[in-house]
Amino acid sequence: MPAAITANRLSKSYRLGPREPYGALRDAIARVLTAPFRRVDPQTGPDRIWALDDVSFDIEQGDVVGIIGRNGSGKSTLLKILSRITDPTSGEAVVRGRVGSLLEVGTGFHPELSGRENVFVNGAMLGMSRRHIVQRFNAIVAFAGVERFIDTPVKHYSSGMQMRLAFAVAAHLEPHILLVDEVLAVGDAEFQRRCLGKMRDVSRDGRTVLLVSHQMGQIRRLCSRVLWLDRGRVRAFGAPGVTIHAYESAILSGADAGARGQCFTGWTLGDGRHLLTDGTRPFTMRLRLALPHAIANGHFGLGLLGPDDDVIAGWAFEPVTLPRHADGLEVTIPQLPLRPGVYRWSFALFDGGNNLTGGKLIEKWTGVPELGLDVRPVGHTQDAWAGVLNLPATLRVPATGARLESAASAPDLDMDDLPIETSELM
Amino acid sequence: MLFAHSPFIADRRVRAVSVVSSPVLDFSKGDLPVHRIAPADGWVPLRLGELWEFRELLFFLVWRDVKVRYKQTALGMAWAVLQPVMTTVVFSVFFGKLGHIPTDGVPYPVFVYCALLPWQLFAYALSESSNSVVTNQRLLTKVYFPKLILPLASVLVGLVDFAVSAVVLLGLMAWYGLGPGSGLWTIPIWTLLAVATALAVSLWLAALNVRYRDVRYTLPFLTQLWLFATPVAYPSSLAPQSWRAIYGLNPMVGVVDGFRWALVGGPWPGATVGASTAAVLVILVSGLFYFRRTERTFADIV
Repeated sequence: MPAAITANRLSKSYRLGPREPYGALRDAIARVLTAPFRRVDPQTGPDRIWALDDVSFDIEQGDVVGIIGRNGSGKSTLLKILSRITDPTSGEAVVRGRVGSLLEVGTGFHPELSGRENVFVNGAMLGMSRRHIVQRFNAIVAFAGVERFIDTPVKHYSSGMQMRLAFAVAAHLEPHILLVDEVLAVGDAEFQRRCLGKMRDVSRDGRTVLLVSHQMGQIRRLCSRVLWLDRGRVRAFGAPGVTIHAYESAILSGADAGARGQCFTGWTLGDGRHLLTDGTRPFTMRLRLALPHAIANGHFGLGLLGPDDDVIAGWAFEPVTLPRHADGLEVTIPQLPLRPGVYRWSFALFDGGNNLTGGKLIEKWTGVPELGLDVRPVGHTQDAWAGVLNLPATLRVPATGARLESAASAPDLDMDDLPIETSELM
Repeated sequence: MLFAHSPFIADRRVRAVSVVSSPVLDFSKGDLPVHRIAPADGWVPLRLGELWEFRELLFFLVWRDVKVRYKQTALGMAWAVLQPVMTTVVFSVFFGKLGHIPTDGVPYPVFVYCALLPWQLFAYALSESSNSVVTNQRLLTKVYFPKLILPLASVLVGLVDFAVSAVVLLGLMAWYGLGPGSGLWTIPIWTLLAVATALAVSLWLAALNVRYRDVRYTLPFLTQLWLFATPVAYPSSLAPQSWRAIYGLNPMVGVVDGFRWALVGGPWPGATVGASTAAVLVILVSGLFYFRRTERTFADIV
């Protein structure tokens, strides 16, 4: 079966700065008149930025591929090229199947039109046929939960209702290849859950999905592959676990140099490392300080944040008394049985009380580089079920006396198709 | 740093292997559309067939604009009638009564309304259509469709107003006791010529408008000049016979003469119509190619 999407050395450049050096009116007119006869050559000119630079990959039918990378790494540009909104500057891509792109929710919604009318207009814009929309109309309205208001102009809708209706239309788009740009981030938690469920259905039908997202949890749950773009280039393309892991650690190490607080000037696990390779043993975190003045009756707060900035663990120390020349703190933690991944420290120091008792904040620093946990997963083998803690368990069958350790055999990654040394992971 | 020296940091093509596989869709059939995406170079084919594929989008765009056009106006569709009627009154007073413009025996209001009917269609279509790409920039940067649909839809929206104000013309002619001439059946042809003129010119302007917003400000001026260069308020017979064909290079001359001939009779404007049709074809075809050539950069610079 041929690949659903084949990209071969795709590149796209944009010009920076002012679009045209407008000169005298005479020149401008001359330029307008000759414009149609000049060659449009986007590759030359000084201030060019390469949004995509020599990007190649194959995506098989039925793959759900997450695209990750920092802002400006070319994720959206890639989706725009694949959905034919903009042309590549060089290279080519072959796309097999009907493409539906969801780069924005509610494209073309008109406030004066009723919900019903907008469903049809928006559906047509996303490439649905009228018949297709008619067949799914009730499902769309039910999904959005706006039955009562379907004949009211959408300008009277709340913004949440508009979003839900718009997404409902998009969710019933049934292309062979679905390109989604960050739109799952809309709506309340309940609606997001429904959207994720819908996306999973889509992939179960054997459709191909490309999904741009900054929410690594979402990517882990939905995707079978992850494409990591970095400054317009493919840094990695592989299983979600390893790729996201590598991406997050790169972000962290890259941010190392610049990030320094005034008061908190750095931290290590001793010997300059920020990486924990065994979460089951005690370890000591050393924090460097440069105090503006002595701290009396203060508060030192330490938090460990997960990938979505959720607090995994937090510790408070008070009252804290520090002389001005105190240049460090050491925190010893008995164990950190967490899943492999990247976590972030958050430090806060108050003088004369804590945040609730009128203490004066000296500094709060959500630190980078973060703590990397490079440990063997011992819980569930699938990311979606592994949770936060990395705890082993033993299964025993009393009748036979058989014992089985959790995650004993399979790691959560299929290494075979990755050009990676297994030893480097563990 | 975790993977700094890992060969995993790939810059080559890496194959992804399908993990999710329960194909409910039948992909094995060879009927999947295949698109090759590559930079287009130089002049590109028009691919007018693609417009047919997207006919439903065209329909919905027209339908949306028609629905929205007179929303929140007190008079609604009456505006489609009021505009040409008011202009007719003004022209009748100034050019008919005061200026004594010759009309070859036709009552001046009928004479001028016959021309205003296609002129308003043209003027509306031209301005909407020339701005269509810029006004729809959100759409343009978010979904794929043949961009030609935008100016085309804007031109077609004008036909609704045209149909409404045409009914008024019939009433006006009945009032003056005038029956339509034997050429009435040719009205669709002249209408088509008017629409083609608007589309042809606005293909150029819409594409230029993306890069040079000057177009938006030039338009009202251009339309006004064009009105005087077209025999709306006066008969084209004021132009010397030997200049008729050259005069006809303004396609709207052929349109207006055609309308007058079909509705109130008079000499067959053969030479003018020929010149107008030829002029439209040249502008239209060149406009199509220019539009198609520049449309691939619309999303980047609009």
